Amino acid sequence: MSTGTTIAQEPAGGPPRRLQASSKRYGEKLIQWLLGFCAILSVVTTTAIVISLIGPTIGFFEIVPIDEFLFGTDWTPQFEPPSFGVLAIVAGTLNVTLWGMLFAIPIGLGAAIYLSEYASPRVRKTLKPALEVLAGIPTVAIGFFAVSFILPEIIVPLWPGDFLGGAVGKPFLALAAGLGIGLMVVPIIASISEDAMSAVPRGLHEGAYALGATKAKVAVRVIFPAALSGIVASVVLAISRAVGETMIVVLAAGSTPKFTFNPVESIQAMTSYIATTATGDIATGSVDYKSVFAVGTVLFVMTLIMNVISIRLVRRYREVYE
Amino acid sequence: MMGIGDASAPRNRLAVAGARATTQAMLRNQPRGDVIRNTVFAGLLLLAVAIALAGLLALLIQAFVKGSSALSLDLITNPPSTAFPEKAGYRPAIVGSLELIAGVILFVVPVGIGAALYLEEYADGSRWWNRLIEVNIQNLAAVPSIIYGILGLAFIVRGPMDLGFILAAGSLTLALLVLPMVIIAAREAIRAVPDSIRQGSLALGATKWQTIRTQVLPASVPGIATGVILAVSRALGETAPLLLVGATVFVTFDPTPFGTDGYSAMPVQIFNYALRPQEEFQALAAAGIIVMLVVLLAMNSFAIWLRNRYEQRW
Repeated sequence: MSTGTTIAQEPAGGPPRRLQASSKRYGEKLIQWLLGFCAILSVVTTTAIVISLIGPTIGFFEIVPIDEFLFGTDWTPQFEPPSFGVLAIVAGTLNVTLWGMLFAIPIGLGAAIYLSEYASPRVRKTLKPALEVLAGIPTVAIGFFAVSFILPEIIVPLWPGDFLGGAVGKPFLALAAGLGIGLMVVPIIASISEDAMSAVPRGLHEGAYALGATKAKVAVRVIFPAALSGIVASVVLAISRAVGETMIVVLAAGSTPKFTFNPVESIQAMTSYIATTATGDIATGSVDYKSVFAVGTVLFVMTLIMNVISIRLVRRYREVYE
Repeated sequence: MMGIGDASAPRNRLAVAGARATTQAMLRNQPRGDVIRNTVFAGLLLLAVAIALAGLLALLIQAFVKGSSALSLDLITNPPSTAFPEKAGYRPAIVGSLELIAGVILFVVPVGIGAALYLEEYADGSRWWNRLIEVNIQNLAAVPSIIYGILGLAFIVRGPMDLGFILAAGSLTLALLVLPMVIIAAREAIRAVPDSIRQGSLALGATKWQTIRTQVLPASVPGIATGVILAVSRALGETAPLLLVGATVFVTFDPTPFGTDGYSAMPVQIFNYALRPQEEFQALAAAGIIVMLVVLLAMNSFAIWLRNRYEQRW
């Protein structure tokens, strides 16, 4: 402030003042550079992620042929000879994700439609924080809940007998992890979809009501299609979260790689392979160590594609309505 | 005096009643199928909400029922033990988590606010490098946490930074994980400060940085603080990346930031107890979850309260 006020104290009638800073203000430039450096740090992080993944992944492909890795369906790193067919653990991830989404999409979208079209302001005010609480629960707690409650108290009693091999007596199930993940992503789907539905202009509602549409028809035939890009974005982001989730699958889905989509099997997901293999004592440079990075690369690419799609879709509905 | 818009005027009351009767008569003539479908649809929506809430409630109740037997002061004062589960606790894990979080705050607050200030106040959005930074931050926010673990392992613990398996390395990994959250929240808070404030300040002769320091930042502190608290609570509950950067479970002493003897963290310790099938350890895991949920709920409620209490309406 002190430097800003000096000009005003100059005697009137002096030489015409230039509308420029009275000094070079190197400090201001320095601050701008410092702040810019903070922003660039995010690009550095991304670059570091890519570099740290690529190096060992290339090293891994020098030992294991890339086609065997990408198209093989046997994941048995500890056997002799080991087999690294990533499809087995990709299938494990997708197995869990599939059941999670079958649970989360209807529940999340139902909650979103209810919040944006049906709920009174007072109900909204209590429901939204409740969903935020659910979103803030650590995944290790959800994983514990999945393996010690969802599995024994919900899946085992409700599963129809020996169907697909039966659920009784199995300590880990893909379905248990799936439902846990579903519970985790319900708030993501609900809040992003609700945002998108709330962004649909009032005029569209009122026009439909004026034509005699019922509330359900307005919600399903007018609001839903109008908010579709936001809804799809929420689902894509939820899938990306589900694919990248670690603790729930480690605790509830087991660690037996299997190329199957059977919900009542113990499987291994990509993330749980990484988490259980790359613990402190793994030897740097071993095939196992490098395989972690190869699996990480697959995971990173899969989630990156989904994130980019989701960000684009959100931007699209923002452009249309806001 | 009764104006035209006054609903208590006899004539107006009559008109309103007539309009209501007509509307209701028309609605009653709705096809039966529509009425049924409408009710069923609303019922299904309510069911969806109920299932989500039931899941949340069941999780809380189950943790409480399972963990109540292990809830005691031992839980926070005693170190973990495999031989005496009835006496085991979380002390080193709690200390470790507090130190991890302190490191996250030290890193994330200046860097996150700095990046947000640059993007909102300085960056020219039409330049490709600024757009690159922006898209990049959005993407980073959605990268799976285990990938940050890999980054921590290959870049911070080993590789270029080579810090070794120390608590500070875990802290830095968590900080990078939640940095995008902080930047995004801080940007929104900064954007909410109206331009007229900035222009008023600049017109009075303040420099750009003076304007930011004395006007923009103070006005956006509540929003930024909310974002930081939410980010910290995310970091506090994060387990997966810590497994890769050396958080181990048999730490019976209070860890130090740069000690090479290992460190632990609350969620990692819960995870380890949860893996053991014996009833006592399951109870310990549930009790740990209760402790963590209480802390997280308190933090999140505080963040929401802060947002509502100090949010400025311009």
